[in-house]
Amino acid sequence: MRKANGKNEPLFRLVKLDSPSWKRGLAQRALALLLAMVCGALLLLVLRKNPVAVYWQMIVGSVGTKVALTNTIRMAIPLLITTLGITVAFKLRYWNIGGEGQVCLGAIAATYFALNFVGKVPSWLLFVIMFAAGALLGGLWAAIPAYFKAKFNTNETLFTLMLNYVAVYIIQYLREGPWMDPQQTGFPQIPRFPMEARLPKVLGVHVGWIIALVLVVLVYVYLRKTKHGYEIAVVGESMDTARYAGMDVKKIILRTIFISGALCGVAGMVQVSGADFTLTETVAGGVGFTAITVAWLAKLNPALILVVSFLFSMLEKGANSIQTVFNISNAAADVLTGIILFFMLGCEFFIRYRVVFRKKKQARDLETAITAAVPAAAQPESVPTQPEQEAKEGAECSR
Amino acid sequence: MKHQNLAVSIRGLCKSFGPVAANKDLSLDVRWGEILALLGENGSGKSTLVNMLSGLYLPDAGSIAVDGEPVYIRTPADSFRLGIGVIHQHFKLVDVMTALENIILGLPKKSRKSKKAHEKAVSELCDRYGLHVDLHKKVYNMSVGEKQTVEILKVLYRGARILILDEPTAVLTPQEIDRLFDILRKMRDGGKAIIIITHKLNEVMAVSDRVTVLRKGETAGTVETASTTASQLAAFMVGREINLDIERVEPKNLSERLNVVNLTCVTEDGRKALDNVSFTLNGGEILGVAGVAGSGQKELCEAIAGLYPVKGGAILYKNVVDGIEISENIVGKTPREIFQKGIAMAFIPEDRLGMGLVARMDIAENMMLKSYNDTKSLFVDRKKPTEMAKTLIERLDIAAPGVNTQVSRLSGGNVQKVLLGREISSDPTILISAYPVRGLDIHSSYTIYRLLNEQKQKGVAVLFIGEDLDVLLALCDRIMVLCGGKCVGIVDAKTAKKEEIGLMMIGEGGGAYA
Amino acid sequence: MQQVINFIYAAVLAGTPLLFGTLGEILTEKVGNLNLGVEGMMFMGAAVGFACGYYTDSALLAVLGGFAAGALGGLIYAFLTVTLKANQNVTGLTLTIFGVGFGNMLGDYIMRHSPGNAAFVSEKVKAAFAKLNVPGISDLPFAGKLFFQYNVLVYLAIAIAILMYIFLQKTQAGLNLRAVGENPAAADAVSVPVTRYKYLAICVGGGISGLGGVYVSMTTTGGTWVYNCVNGLGWIAVALVIFAAWSPAKAIVGSYVFGGLSVLRHYVVLEIPVAIYAMLPFAATIVVLLVTSVRQSREKLQPKGCGINYDREER
Repeated sequence: MRKANGKNEPLFRLVKLDSPSWKRGLAQRALALLLAMVCGALLLLVLRKNPVAVYWQMIVGSVGTKVALTNTIRMAIPLLITTLGITVAFKLRYWNIGGEGQVCLGAIAATYFALNFVGKVPSWLLFVIMFAAGALLGGLWAAIPAYFKAKFNTNETLFTLMLNYVAVYIIQYLREGPWMDPQQTGFPQIPRFPMEARLPKVLGVHVGWIIALVLVVLVYVYLRKTKHGYEIAVVGESMDTARYAGMDVKKIILRTIFISGALCGVAGMVQVSGADFTLTETVAGGVGFTAITVAWLAKLNPALILVVSFLFSMLEKGANSIQTVFNISNAAADVLTGIILFFMLGCEFFIRYRVVFRKKKQARDLETAITAAVPAAAQPESVPTQPEQEAKEGAECSR
Repeated sequence: MKHQNLAVSIRGLCKSFGPVAANKDLSLDVRWGEILALLGENGSGKSTLVNMLSGLYLPDAGSIAVDGEPVYIRTPADSFRLGIGVIHQHFKLVDVMTALENIILGLPKKSRKSKKAHEKAVSELCDRYGLHVDLHKKVYNMSVGEKQTVEILKVLYRGARILILDEPTAVLTPQEIDRLFDILRKMRDGGKAIIIITHKLNEVMAVSDRVTVLRKGETAGTVETASTTASQLAAFMVGREINLDIERVEPKNLSERLNVVNLTCVTEDGRKALDNVSFTLNGGEILGVAGVAGSGQKELCEAIAGLYPVKGGAILYKNVVDGIEISENIVGKTPREIFQKGIAMAFIPEDRLGMGLVARMDIAENMMLKSYNDTKSLFVDRKKPTEMAKTLIERLDIAAPGVNTQVSRLSGGNVQKVLLGREISSDPTILISAYPVRGLDIHSSYTIYRLLNEQKQKGVAVLFIGEDLDVLLALCDRIMVLCGGKCVGIVDAKTAKKEEIGLMMIGEGGGAYA
Repeated sequence: MQQVINFIYAAVLAGTPLLFGTLGEILTEKVGNLNLGVEGMMFMGAAVGFACGYYTDSALLAVLGGFAAGALGGLIYAFLTVTLKANQNVTGLTLTIFGVGFGNMLGDYIMRHSPGNAAFVSEKVKAAFAKLNVPGISDLPFAGKLFFQYNVLVYLAIAIAILMYIFLQKTQAGLNLRAVGENPAAADAVSVPVTRYKYLAICVGGGISGLGGVYVSMTTTGGTWVYNCVNGLGWIAVALVIFAAWSPAKAIVGSYVFGGLSVLRHYVVLEIPVAIYAMLPFAATIVVLLVTSVRQSREKLQPKGCGINYDREER
């Protein structure tokens, strides 16, 4: 019975890497992307399409022409801004899954002014009002679950998720009720925005892209350089420590999540006023969810978010273009996105850990013999080593 | 096999975490029917060894033999099959389940039977070893002592023949400890092999048959308990002769700093965490606080620091402003207002990092935790805290590569030095220091005691919440004993007896005020 | 009276796909994993179940295929979160993206390759999912319609709920499973195979969610493929888990209540816009979430290990 538990060492074990090098990380991510594309290629082969041609079309269709590039950038704008919003919340370790709803509410607020204030105020002022209203309503919408989180520790993941649906149905209600365009017959619609309420274009794309870039810088500075950013980092790490440091934790949660929601609200404003020119239930179109993945993959780093959200938009735009060219369901884009994301998520593991396989028997015996022969000399005791050793023991005791 | 009477025999065990070696060339033997104490400072690799024996960690090299047969323990299941039962320092129980459910959790298929049958069998086991616990009580309603009993039952019920207890006495009262030792002796006499891991020398002397001393992941040696003394063991443990006496400076120029009057705090579930507690704290003295874990120590510290809501009573802070002595009730003030008055708190929670320091931030960033908001600017100033961190690392001899080292990467002793150092450098008038030597080795502990004594000599009023009665008796001037949130008495540390305090801690005796 | 019975009947029909999704998610959360991919797994189940029914002409294979597809989704999720320790929320969301895409793509493919660009399962398969008709019982007044006129999947869902309740509460394996979800370190220390439990529960949970998809493509849509047919049911199921306080028994009631809310407007005519009716289930979930968190009950909460990946060597 006692021998039953195997005479062998297990096949492999995992070693956590202390500080993974970014070069190795980059190489592994590239490999993961490649593998994901191979997987996607297999899928395309099943659909009897030429993977190389399809992939090439995705690149051409997303950045190959000026029109395509403008469209891709236009898709990237709301995603980028929303991701910034989600990032602010994630820094606080607050799972804001409600970006979708906050985008909707921002869009609702902007639409209200676009429909009712045209002609009453100068166009530039209208944009300022729409921007502020979008941010305010998005922020307040996000602040509801944040309030309950701060007060009763209500699970924010589930709460924000539910609010997304409420937000979508609010738009449906407005579309079918108070804001319905009386001139439209048939399918009820909200009127299209007058020209004065549409964001102007700069270099072929609406000014949302400038707003987005400015926000990238602002969010970076806010999180890294300001006192608020410091507070967010401390609260995110430990609420007890924050209280101990004299921080008003509830206020910080509310303030931060308000900002998070406000950024999402701005994304909604930019989307209705810059791209859609009307309000529909699909105004968010899933960016709230995609933003979560983008924020995660970009490791909450605003500069990386810029890159990753652009790549995502390329993927989406490229997938749209293969739909028309190759007659592939546009759902294939989601499948491809899903596959790439799966591989990216999986590859994080190989960046963090090293897999050590069982050594061959002789090699192990030899090594044991060597270690036995040179006991202490093989273990240099530099200054950092010993404290780390204790730290490990300390960490073991914790939790 | 050559050592038939050996229960466990370990040779040349190594285990590293990344570049750090926790165990290197560790060897020990334990026989059937004996209690082996495993003694070592923190960082000597005790917990790592336990985790390898219980199948949670895999050794890098070396061999383990049970009953003379070489084995690989790859999973906890392997460990159980070998008859090894581990009682971890931090209990591994499921809160929302009952004692019985926890005991039968994960039993192998062949030993499955009805709950009733299990209950009967467990009760018999209780009777045999004199263990008492309500099997239908949910774990979250249990005291630490009860939880430990459940843990012991868990391994016994699985037929463990080799018991390993990792720091089992850390959270128990002296009386509970005696009871535990009785149970251990009973089990030893029943032929079981027992390894008890501890760094408390008196317990080693009291219960063990032999002692194996670990030093820096290696076996320093093994001795018969009967043929050694506590101070010999201590010297063995740290590798040199050390003085076990803590210096106690005579207090002078005592002046009242804090007057706590009828302080009452109520927990969220309506229990009185502090019940009518009154005491004074003087500048230039160290007032110790003794008590079983969870007697209100945490709430007391937090109430003074403004972190815990006060239901009744007052906390009067005395200060001299412009030559006039003023006394001010600080109940209701925010934590910030209170620490700006000069009341500093260094609280080392059980996980050591939970409060006071941000583990993932570096030393410099941790320096500004309380002062970051002192300026009017919108941005944080990182220059001053960096300077402060540099000074601290030098002055307190903190082993860290630099100011940008993450606190989580420091050892326990250095973490505690960083925390205490930061509080001290704010020049406080009152220093609340809760469990500052928690889990520290002897050497680091003495550095901390020295720091506290320095503060005392400077005229700071020091409140010292401790776990180890020997330390409290040696370091403090007076000791207040808490029991169930009540102050059962304040004794003079120079004359008090340990047994007396132990009885007061569980609510018997006491009433003496010094 | 007849109106009330008709309403309950419709509520049960509308609630059943939710019940499948909820049961799957309860099993998954009980073992300590919050899988936000229910929507995706239901889509996979719907499309694969439909494909099996369409190509093999077998109702049984449709059900098994749907289960397998959901379980495959669960397997992907389990591999990423349990073995590769990826973040549960992000992985779940990705599974939704993938599953919705996969379901729609497969359904679309079948449709494009069908005569007249419309895909129907055969009458034989459709009949297998038609409402029960047991002579003498099903046509009893009131009780007949109320209890004996549902399709076979409705009874299957109830059976799964009851079995899951017994499994979780009364068996040793159920005890072990709950322990893994509450405190994996405690379970691991007494040699409960944490990884195996997680994989099994997540995959079976995914399979059960997949059955919810089969229900949608076989009965809700009447055996034809409708683009985007699952349309948010998976998300409601995630919400329902809270509503049901992680109890399979309460999930039955919860699902029918939610089903009832979603068909309410056809039976109770109030001066309320359609959108507000549609909002009700979500609003109700928020209320439940708030009440439980304000009450801070100790046992009717999400299993404590939920959302956190277990790593034995990490403390």
